[in-house]
Amino acid sequence: MHKSWWKILAVVLLVYTFIAGILIEVPRNPQLQETIRNLFFHVCMWFGMMILFIISFVQAITYLRTGKHIHDIASRQYAGVGILFGLLGYITGAIWMSYTWIDSNKSFYDSFDSIAREPKLIGAAIALLIYAAYLVLRDSITDMDKKARISAVYNIFAFAMLFPSIWIIPRLLPSLHPGGSEGNPALDFKDASMNMRLVFYPAIAGWTLIGVWIATLKIRLKLINEQRLMQ
Amino acid sequence: MKSVQHIYTLIKKDLLLEVRQQYSFYGILLYIMATIFVLYMTIQEPETKVWNGLFWVIQLFICINAVAKSFLQETRGRMLYFYSIVNPRDFVLAKLVFNSVLMLLMSFLSLFLFSLFLGNPIKKLPQFIGLVLLGGWSLSLVFTFLSAIAAKAQQNAAIMAILGFPIIIPQLMLLMQLANTVFSDKTAIAASTLLLIVMLDVLVIMLAVILFPFLWKE
Repeated sequence: MHKSWWKILAVVLLVYTFIAGILIEVPRNPQLQETIRNLFFHVCMWFGMMILFIISFVQAITYLRTGKHIHDIASRQYAGVGILFGLLGYITGAIWMSYTWIDSNKSFYDSFDSIAREPKLIGAAIALLIYAAYLVLRDSITDMDKKARISAVYNIFAFAMLFPSIWIIPRLLPSLHPGGSEGNPALDFKDASMNMRLVFYPAIAGWTLIGVWIATLKIRLKLINEQRLMQ
Repeated sequence: MKSVQHIYTLIKKDLLLEVRQQYSFYGILLYIMATIFVLYMTIQEPETKVWNGLFWVIQLFICINAVAKSFLQETRGRMLYFYSIVNPRDFVLAKLVFNSVLMLLMSFLSLFLFSLFLGNPIKKLPQFIGLVLLGGWSLSLVFTFLSAIAAKAQQNAAIMAILGFPIIIPQLMLLMQLANTVFSDKTAIAASTLLLIVMLDVLVIMLAVILFPFLWKE
């Protein structure tokens, strides 16, 4: 039971998210209706993804500073789980979108091109492409130390360029998402009812913790694998 | 003062290499001409929006071809030699300066050929030339650093495109948005957007200077 309290917390928070998220009273927005409950899943995926990418970035810096191999493994695994969260975010977003943004006279396929210009979709696509390129770059190098160092450099460079892009792109394009140019809608205290915030914030923590948990398991698995290779 | 001298010498070395091995320089020139000629064959007089989009995409590809070889051409032995005599910061700064100048030249040339073959819808030429030079500079900075990464990973220019495209999207979008204003007399270029591009360039230079020493170690 090594440091297991936060794992229990993650499970409790997620069970709470699923039960309360489906049962609580939600405000009746004429366009959103019951789909507003997707907030507890869709938005949390993006929070989780960004937090995991930040951890990956910090691990890359730590690797370059200390040269300890474990930080490289951690950086890679956090990036991997971050990509998973990003894909889940797209899937939950696509479900939500198909009830709210889609032009009901056209098929999903035909209306996709007008929706894909959405700034938040582009920002997320850039993030996912960067980390996919990171994985490609890693796999293309065979030498272990070299792989770790070069991919850490790319990780830092790309991450440092990613954040300005996420701030810039919403200025360039009109958005269907709430908030738009006026800051981060998820942290806006005027929006969303009190009831929803009671579920929303624990949900963010729960999803992020489960992401970190998956990543730590993968790191440990990778370490065991490498130790076996050494023998 | 000493490092300025080093940078100057390194730039001179790159320039000399360029003069002595002219095939690569003419190769890029030919690439620009061939691409624009193919475009001319497929569409004669595009609309302004299409013109603008094509122009920047062509810039992107020219930049990859022009800048890719900067680190890829250095052999392992030569890198080892540089490693023993110069500071990595000076080395990367020299490369950045050299590639910027090269790319400014190429951007200017491709603008000339583009307006010659595909029609000239530009209403405010001086502003557009300024933008093209700024854009060429931004592209060259990002791709110079990525070329260093690609060279260290012993990969070809293809990986540069994979690594660079997601990073360059916002800058390209900003440039295209600014460039769209030069096709009419009414709208003015937004100074804040211009400043943003310059800030991003400064960020890239800073990151390159900080991160290159780690790439350089073997």
